[in-house]
Amino acid sequence: MKKNQWLKIGFQLAAIVLALLFTTLVLLMAGASPLQAYSNVLQGIFSSTADITNVLAAWVPLLLATAGVLITFAAGLWNIGIEGQIVLGAVFTTGALRLLQNSSLPGGWIIVIGFIAGLIGGAIWGALAGVLKTFGGVNEIFGGLGLNFVATAFALYLIIGPWGRPGIASTSGTLIFPTRLWLPTPLNVALSPWALGLGILAAILVYFLLRGTYFGLRLKAVGKNMRAAFLLGVPTWQYSMYAFLLCGALAGLAGAVQVTAVYHRLIPTISSGYGFLGLLVAMLINYQAVWAAPIALFYAALNIGGIQLPIMMKMDSSLSGVLQGILVLFVLMVEGARQQLFEKKE
Amino acid sequence: MNIELRHIHKYFGKVHANDDIVLNIPAGTIQGILGENGAGKSTLMKVLSGFIQADGGEILLDGKAVIIKSPADAIRYGIGMLHQDPLDFPPMTLLDNFLLGRAGGLFLDRKAATQNIRDLAGQFGFSLDPESYVDSLTVGERQQLEILRLLWLGARVLILDEPTTGISASQKDKLFETLRKLAKQGMTIIFVSHKLEDVEVLCHKVAVLTSGKLVGEAPAPFNAKKLVEMMFGKEISLGARRPLKPGAKVFELRDLAVEDVRLHLADINLEVNAGEVIGVAGMEGSGQGLFIRACAGLIRPVNGQVLVNNHDLTGYSYHVFKRNGVSFMPASRMEEGLVIGLTLTEHFVLAEEIQGLFIDGDKGRKLAEERIKSFNIRGTPMSTVESLSGGNQQRALLALLRNPLSLLLLEHPTRGLDIESAIYIWSKLKERCKQGTSILFISSDLEEILQYSDRVLVFFSGRVTPPLDVSTLTTEKLGELIGGMGWPESKNEARVHEKKPVA
Amino acid sequence: MTSMGLLISIAGILSGAAPIMFGVIGETITERAGIINLSMNGTILLSAMVGFAAAFVTGSLFLGFLAGALLGGLVALVVAFSSIALKQSQVAVGFVLAVLCLNLSYFLGHAYISQNGPSLNVLPIPVLDKIPILGILFFRQDLMTYFSFVIIFLAWFWIYRTRPGLMLRGIGERPAAAYVRGANVNRLRYIYTFLGGAIAGLAGPTFSLDVKAGWAGQLSGLDGYGWIVLSIAIFGGWNPFRAAFGVYLFSFLQWLGLVLQPVLPNIPTQVLQVAPFPLMILTLLLVNIGDAEWVQRWLASLPEGTRRVMARILRALRASPPASLGVPFESE
Repeated sequence: MKKNQWLKIGFQLAAIVLALLFTTLVLLMAGASPLQAYSNVLQGIFSSTADITNVLAAWVPLLLATAGVLITFAAGLWNIGIEGQIVLGAVFTTGALRLLQNSSLPGGWIIVIGFIAGLIGGAIWGALAGVLKTFGGVNEIFGGLGLNFVATAFALYLIIGPWGRPGIASTSGTLIFPTRLWLPTPLNVALSPWALGLGILAAILVYFLLRGTYFGLRLKAVGKNMRAAFLLGVPTWQYSMYAFLLCGALAGLAGAVQVTAVYHRLIPTISSGYGFLGLLVAMLINYQAVWAAPIALFYAALNIGGIQLPIMMKMDSSLSGVLQGILVLFVLMVEGARQQLFEKKE
Repeated sequence: MNIELRHIHKYFGKVHANDDIVLNIPAGTIQGILGENGAGKSTLMKVLSGFIQADGGEILLDGKAVIIKSPADAIRYGIGMLHQDPLDFPPMTLLDNFLLGRAGGLFLDRKAATQNIRDLAGQFGFSLDPESYVDSLTVGERQQLEILRLLWLGARVLILDEPTTGISASQKDKLFETLRKLAKQGMTIIFVSHKLEDVEVLCHKVAVLTSGKLVGEAPAPFNAKKLVEMMFGKEISLGARRPLKPGAKVFELRDLAVEDVRLHLADINLEVNAGEVIGVAGMEGSGQGLFIRACAGLIRPVNGQVLVNNHDLTGYSYHVFKRNGVSFMPASRMEEGLVIGLTLTEHFVLAEEIQGLFIDGDKGRKLAEERIKSFNIRGTPMSTVESLSGGNQQRALLALLRNPLSLLLLEHPTRGLDIESAIYIWSKLKERCKQGTSILFISSDLEEILQYSDRVLVFFSGRVTPPLDVSTLTTEKLGELIGGMGWPESKNEARVHEKKPVA
Repeated sequence: MTSMGLLISIAGILSGAAPIMFGVIGETITERAGIINLSMNGTILLSAMVGFAAAFVTGSLFLGFLAGALLGGLVALVVAFSSIALKQSQVAVGFVLAVLCLNLSYFLGHAYISQNGPSLNVLPIPVLDKIPILGILFFRQDLMTYFSFVIIFLAWFWIYRTRPGLMLRGIGERPAAAYVRGANVNRLRYIYTFLGGAIAGLAGPTFSLDVKAGWAGQLSGLDGYGWIVLSIAIFGGWNPFRAAFGVYLFSFLQWLGLVLQPVLPNIPTQVLQVAPFPLMILTLLLVNIGDAEWVQRWLASLPEGTRRVMARILRALRASPPASLGVPFESE
């Protein structure tokens, strides 16, 4: 129905406008000029090739995280533990790199092994949350939260303890890896085409997995009505576990990217909030996998743009976080309002 | 209090649930409201008790027109309603349930209330312990508590919606005695039911509702045949019985014992042959649900064995049972049977457990079209299940079943359906029987049990009769058994064991 | 450590627990009404910032606490409104608010970092503070710590001993039944969500104006407390006394981490500080395990005597949430 479509789009636009208004208000409250702030953010995104490639580089882990949570959302799960899964992926990658860095293997191979290790690390952490839920009855929100804390503590322990820099163990991170263990950046910018390819590939695979496979259909059934899915013959607890494993694996890859392409070492905040941000993106796109790539790109751009604020205006870069959050909030609320006003169900 | 309902109308979308209802109920009367499922009885009572608002007409109490906008209003006017599943608070004590909702000061006077409960309970011969928890009570006891509470609140009108479902015969007698006492004291009582016998025994006058309309009224003494005619419009004749050709033994229960928080069933023995239909009768909550789920492997028995085609499957999960040819169809279509948000095609594809990676859209659509045609479902392959009507949803559930099956377990297969759909569903089921599938079905419809079963199991309060040949049963006999009367003393009978609830 | 030093340390545990106590009691009330407020992590940060800013600008501690409380109530109202009027998921909206409020606190609080603001002083209660041991523990605290003691009893008393409290339990447990008893379920839910949110909103200022005076932005170490508040609320079984036990247990574990530091030099401080978090959350395992299906099936395979005993144990451990938690109420 044409009218319904226009109405939907109209409401979504309204949500965007409201979000911008809110952010402008916040800027005014902080005593800043909104126009100046917005222009700084835009400049931070577009003004040079370096900026654009930075955005693309930030896009990769976010895209991986978003793709991962789309799988768990399809299974009806709130995988808040994704932050910990990214961290464990990073930890495993760092471990693999440390193990092999002095060996005679070519750097490229070591990096590949590092990625596989990261995938495994994230998957294990995801499986832990899954086990807590399936066998322990612990809601995945709280199980995930607990595991997030454990992951962070574990990473901290490694950074300060056994993997600490010789002499001055510092919380700023482990020793930087030699450049042969850096994900190659042939174009002389901070973006690795390998990472970019990985992110896009993951998004495409998840799209097809959810839409076009029997696995995705069964996962959806489990997410919408676990009881009925079980009676229909779907092995429900296995599918829940698969969802945790797959999302953990993708999160682990995000962690691997963070280590090999961004920080080149393990730092305490290696996950950089990409897990939670992935959840936000998934909510914003209403769990439609086809929108994951563009919206994740938009949010990555906001992250990068926000970095200008402390430099140019002495403000905290959290403004991007404000805009990212308020946008999802208004979209949720406006959508709710539209449904209540225009879709009276019997 | 005198009640007058004048030209009450209520619509639910296109459905005219209450169509021009006009009814007078003088104070001190026990007014019966009779009708089948979906006739509009519950709707009318919800209007009177403020739960929903009528779309047209008015209500007069003692001659004065009143507007009842919410249950709070109704309580203020003295109208109290006892719902079929009493709306109480299971995890809280009787005392707290009693107190909740009664106006008063900031602090609770627990001592006074405890005394009130004991006094009122004594008046009517109920034995209720104020300190016990509601989730440990039987349905009958929860009803008793509700009645006491409504009286304590000063109700002058008591509406009871299907109160005799799920209570024992002795509890029913006590209830009726209480109601008569209250009516003599001037209370107006409205007794809603689809059970002829109860209305005959208790009510001073009866009104019959069919498809939303008030089709007739009659004072006591009642002519049962005339009431049935008003309710159904015609005589119910049972179809000719086809003699059963016994096949191989398909399903067996040996000394089965199952339990949950409230009930413990024990020493159940049963043998089912191919093509047989076993009807499971009894009041809701007597143990049939537990029983049928144990037969499906959804619940693990605490003792005994379940054998399918002579394989011992005791303790295995439902999916193992499924692989061995057993299928379970739940009563709650939307909660357990169908997935809201998925289309018919997606359901069929899921049920078929198709192997492979990528969804074959054409194959799925063809499958759906074939099933839709053969089960006469009013919908398209792309229809979501929530857009189908109840009858079509049930057909869809049926269409999801595998073929061939050894045993089909059905929970209330035709509940809430119109007659046409019910007959159609059974015709498809009988086809299966001809192919050798055995059926075990739970139903609260006596006609259905008698019409389609070869043998019948009757449950009452955690006890089971041995399988009874349907040719030995009449409606009266079956009703008695369901009500707890006339149980045979035979060595095959399951032991009595209503557990003391863990407080 | 001398015994006096030990006592003072323990008194410190009690006062350090005060902010978390407000969060947990507030959330317990909100969840009793049937609404889950997942925004807690953001609310605590934002109310800490707002409370400090208000006190800093006006010089009034009272206004600082008031501002924090009002903010907490407001955020909670957004969750309630989104669920009741807009029928959106409480978990989704709560989570978004958690992230949003966290970022708002960092952004708007930027100007207040490292400023010196007012802070609460210790307020010994005359006479009572001379009691040996108990005097030092309980009666030489500041105002908010006293209030954190009092609120446990107030909440318990309200929920279990008053008429409106009974109704509160009713609307969380089975709103349809409360409705037929005359309750305006949704209006009550709004009120209790605001109230619970306001009490929880005291947690932030109690940090920034008391326990750890000042606003330190991302280095404030407050990030994460909101999640722990939510877990302790569950651990506490929606009962203020049991919840208080959980709060003090958590604070004690944190203190233990500090005390054990010299004994375990190889483990970084940060790790020991973080350790209580997962411990508390993993205790949720015990609380819910009885409901898992494999446990039910395993129970059925046990001999009767053992089965009864195990069932009793599992039931005692279980903390059942108000049955309608997270589910919006429709009257028709």
